[in-house]
Amino acid sequence: MMIDPVTLIAALIVASTPILLAGIGELVVEKAGVLNLGVEGMMIMGAVCGFAIAVQTGSPTLGFLAAAAGGAALSLIFAILTQYLLSNQVATGLALTLFGLGLSSLIGESISGSTPPPVARLDIPGLSDMPVLGPILFSHTSMVYISVGLVVAVWAVLKHTHIGLVIRAVGENHDAAHALGYKVVRVRIAAILFGGACAGLGGAFFSMVRVPQWTEGMTAGAGWIALALVVFASWKPGRVMLGAYLFGGITALQLRLQAAGIDVPVEILAMSPYVITILVLVIMSSGKARAALNAPAALGKVFHATG
Amino acid sequence: MFKLEKRPSPSKPWILATPILAVVMTMLAGGLMFAVLGKNPFEAIRIIFYDPLFNAQFASYSRPQLLVKAGPLILIAIGLSLGFRAGIWNIGAEGQYIMGAIAGATFGLAFYPTESPLIFPGMVIAGALGGWAWAMIPAILRTVFRTNEILVSLLLVYVAEKFLASAAVGFLRNPEGSGFPGSRQLNRIDAMSNPELFANTGMHWGVVMAFISVIAAYILLNKHLLGYQIKLAGQAPRAAKFAGVNPSRLIILCLGVSGALAGLAGLFEVSGPAGQISIDFNVGYGFTAIIVAFLGRLHPVGILLAGLLMALTYIGGELAQLMLGIPASAIQAFQGMLLFFLLALDVLSNYRIRMKKGEATA
Repeated sequence: MMIDPVTLIAALIVASTPILLAGIGELVVEKAGVLNLGVEGMMIMGAVCGFAIAVQTGSPTLGFLAAAAGGAALSLIFAILTQYLLSNQVATGLALTLFGLGLSSLIGESISGSTPPPVARLDIPGLSDMPVLGPILFSHTSMVYISVGLVVAVWAVLKHTHIGLVIRAVGENHDAAHALGYKVVRVRIAAILFGGACAGLGGAFFSMVRVPQWTEGMTAGAGWIALALVVFASWKPGRVMLGAYLFGGITALQLRLQAAGIDVPVEILAMSPYVITILVLVIMSSGKARAALNAPAALGKVFHATG
Repeated sequence: MFKLEKRPSPSKPWILATPILAVVMTMLAGGLMFAVLGKNPFEAIRIIFYDPLFNAQFASYSRPQLLVKAGPLILIAIGLSLGFRAGIWNIGAEGQYIMGAIAGATFGLAFYPTESPLIFPGMVIAGALGGWAWAMIPAILRTVFRTNEILVSLLLVYVAEKFLASAAVGFLRNPEGSGFPGSRQLNRIDAMSNPELFANTGMHWGVVMAFISVIAAYILLNKHLLGYQIKLAGQAPRAAKFAGVNPSRLIILCLGVSGALAGLAGLFEVSGPAGQISIDFNVGYGFTAIIVAFLGRLHPVGILLAGLLMALTYIGGELAQLMLGIPASAIQAFQGMLLFFLLALDVLSNYRIRMKKGEATA
């Protein structure tokens, strides 16, 4: 069996970047006490918006900006419904996914079949030409580095800044945070928009870098895997990255095994990322490492300020 | 500024009025969407909601389709509504629908070419068991390991879709189909087909089953202790605990019933309207049924009406595609919009809106 470990690791990083972006965004949302199940819908909206704008303008940068805007715009619906109209977060998140899937294929109707402009890869003379490390670390698109930077930034903000403290307070106990004078609703809306933008970027990474093409429903459950990732990470940014690279590794490996024509049915291999995600969820939710213990206490609860 | 004041109990008139209001607002917003697409919004809305039922040219074809499409939606939504009421979120009905269809078809085709009146009832049982078994995975993981049933049931949809692909090109492929993917045409084999029971009504066994499930759910929720426990667990989990409701039992039961009903819907579909197991025989009924359940206010009679309305948007959507070239995906967005409006308007049933007097502080 010929699987080159260097290209496998490089492919792993590419495969994990979409769920890493979406996962780190959702982590912030959940840290603020909001459960947004619409990640899949926001990702697919990002995928189509990014693709459409990149094709129109020929600029990948504008494409990614549009993707972030598209994801955030969709999440704004969720924000208004859950924060002002106090709707059930589970149902609203589902609606977001259903609506996003429909709207994205509507937008994408006219542009499927076009090719997006190539996204430039980092090319540092010397570093990128290094054997082994060059292709693994120094030959990716800028989005890969941005995603890693985002994880570090989220970790630093949550852990070491006042804003991070407010976000966590709102997520742990919204009534106490409200009593202290923090604007619970505003903090949450900002977190939801951030999550939407991140999911949008993750989706655009699919349609502009990884595939790169637009097909209906192309995110194929990545949004749900990103949601599982946050549970797996027990709401810790560093672990989101670890988890994303693990899942990415499985995806990249199973695609390579399919290509290598190994004696396992293709469908079984294609199932593996989902099955392994479920297994990981089971492991995390059982036993001593009860991830739920680390969940933000107000996660998914409706906040209604009285008085 | 406005201020929301929680009602002691949800307002009855608003609970009935909000679905209607949501449909009207969706028509308005949908009309806007169609206008953006460059279509005449009035014509589009008329074609979706009126023509399938009353246009002399199309109604003869469309009217029977109403029951064909509403049947599976109602059947699945009734099952989901029980869980949703108890705060148990099975959102993987699409997967249970697929697995029910595969299990039922496999049972039937195993006896091919035997003709026996027992084969179809056997397929029905196998279909229900297939969906039930698939729903038992999240149920058991939830009760034993406390794994989130939302994520597990949803992720299993993707697993079921891959399994469907392998069935359609593998063990269920028609050996006489010259290598094309897809099983034998179940609806052309007498012993395995789920026929139209009365000509030009669209009524098939799945629709009968859907009506039975509506009645059964109504009785369960209103006359039976279990129905009371389901409602109690959703509204007051702590009180339910003191009242001796066993949460694990409720989870196994709600997921099991919804899985079995979704499996039945899948079996009736592949042996009837869809006709065979093919890679993409599933068209998302399992997801649309979530909208149906909410639109019907999780009430059996409401779900019956909501299922018919949602079926109408499917048929009207196909017609609009044909007549105006409105993309099929527009209907999906339209259905999603409906759920948004419904959830947004729910605030009126649960809260009173009061004007704030003179106070500047929040």
